[in-house]
Amino acid sequence: MYIQVVIILCMINAISAVGLAVFTGFTGLMSLGHAAFMAVGAYTCAIATKTFGIPFIIALPMSALMAGLVSLIIGIPTLRAKLRSDYFTIATLGFGEAMRVILENLPITNGARGMAGLAHYSVLPTVTVIFVIVVFFTKNFIFSRYGRMAVAIREDHIAAEMAGINLFQVRLRSLFYSAACAGIGGALMAHHIRFIQPNMFTNVQSTLLTATVVAGGMGSITGPIIAAFIFVMVPEVLRVAEMWRLVAYGALLVAIMVLRPQGIMGYREFSINGIIRYFRNLGTKQDKGGTVS
Amino acid sequence: MNFSLIFQTLVTGLAIGGIYSLMAVGYSLIFSILNFSNFAYGMVIMLASFMGYFAMSKLHVGMGVALFLAMIGAGALSFFNERVAYSSLRKRHAPPLYFMISAMGTAIFLENMVYATIGSQYNAYPQIFEVPTVTIFGASLGKMDLFAIVFSVIAIYGLNYFIQHTRTGISIRAASYDSTVAEINGVNLGAVIGLVFVLAGLFAGISGVFLGIKYMAYPNMGWITNKAYVAAVIGGLGSLPGAVVGGIILGVLESFVSVYVSSTLRDVFSFGTLIIFLVFMPSGLFGKYLEEKV
Repeated sequence: MYIQVVIILCMINAISAVGLAVFTGFTGLMSLGHAAFMAVGAYTCAIATKTFGIPFIIALPMSALMAGLVSLIIGIPTLRAKLRSDYFTIATLGFGEAMRVILENLPITNGARGMAGLAHYSVLPTVTVIFVIVVFFTKNFIFSRYGRMAVAIREDHIAAEMAGINLFQVRLRSLFYSAACAGIGGALMAHHIRFIQPNMFTNVQSTLLTATVVAGGMGSITGPIIAAFIFVMVPEVLRVAEMWRLVAYGALLVAIMVLRPQGIMGYREFSINGIIRYFRNLGTKQDKGGTVS
Repeated sequence: MNFSLIFQTLVTGLAIGGIYSLMAVGYSLIFSILNFSNFAYGMVIMLASFMGYFAMSKLHVGMGVALFLAMIGAGALSFFNERVAYSSLRKRHAPPLYFMISAMGTAIFLENMVYATIGSQYNAYPQIFEVPTVTIFGASLGKMDLFAIVFSVIAIYGLNYFIQHTRTGISIRAASYDSTVAEINGVNLGAVIGLVFVLAGLFAGISGVFLGIKYMAYPNMGWITNKAYVAAVIGGLGSLPGAVVGGIILGVLESFVSVYVSSTLRDVFSFGTLIIFLVFMPSGLFGKYLEEKV
């Protein structure tokens, strides 16, 4: 069913976006190479299920782990060197491209022709369950000690370091986590479209993920999820061509940074209580000066 | 190893290096004053290349006029880029991450605008010289390459003179040293930053036309223009002499790698160099390592 397919795509994108939200939104480093981790996840899962006949339930955690491990290759040298954030961004960009070239040339990935005929495991119930699990883990990660440390680093990494936070460790951990989420997203994508090819995972895909997180609000989990749903659904409904979609995303990124840098949700989370509070406060005066949240 | 091949590779390398230097200078200029990497700069170069192409193939003007038009167009584009995407962030003292996202957005917007309106095909510039090569010391050298080298040297020398010896140039240096103190001492920061973006745009115009003549004009040129960043990092971001030296080193190295090792490995090689420099020598050859300001 068509609507089912769209919802599955929304959730897959949301899974990857939630992962990136932990990294960009909570640690404050921008990555332009997360499509590479999606690619690693997708290929690991596809090779495991198709070539080696491993059950999907085992292949999925494997792909998350593999994506996480690959993230260490780029993460350890660059994060240990404490690169400026823009140096780091460029390094991830180069890494993403290098990863794609490698996938195009490995024999096991079938090169640029890609892998076809994958089993259709990503049905709606499966994806929903995995989506809920990922969101649950992410929420716990954010409200754990490490999540708090990540926020401290994002706000002021020098002060955070002075307070005794190990910058390298926390950043690497959130990179690993976000890569693992991207790996799951990629694996689900592979078994949803049932065909993968290295050029599905270009830096355009990475940029879209970053755009999703930025639009949703850096420092929020529900924001990027809402943004992921909007970013998949609106173009589907409007049926616009791919390039106009990208034109709009580019303009949107600039508009968000200029007009509303906190994104849709800002640092807040979407919750029923929040809505009730919002409507209750609508009636009262807001002249107390302070912000409500 | 014969001498003429080495000489030819060297000149080709110098020509590419000269273009890289021009791009890196523009990149570094913006970096030195706003302290962030302007990802949109590559797309300004790409559009400048298209401007030159349309000027030459549709308006049938000579290369000099096309170069002039592309410089004006790219300067204006770069200026508007700053006014639309960065100036309000600057006034709010937003963190560098926000600048980068805004720059990324501009880059995506411009690139896909070209895809959507002009199309993804490669556009070759018309032939400029009747006989494109000249033979010196037994090596056949592209006349365009020699012209690019000479023109790059003149442009960079001109910029250096402007920055070192004019009043406006001094205010640019002051603003890049410490923008707040410069402003207190009467430098009109908004105007200086606007001017810096126009200057960077002029360099984007020159390098865009030269790149277009060499590699044709197409929307996906960002991959080449990213090398401006590599060159700037090698030389030390924010340092203009560093940008020039970094560009030349990168161009010559690349040209030797593609002749003597493998031309498909050329790009892998330059991005490998980038990562090595980032990790082991983040301040490059000439720059000082700038910690991110909090």
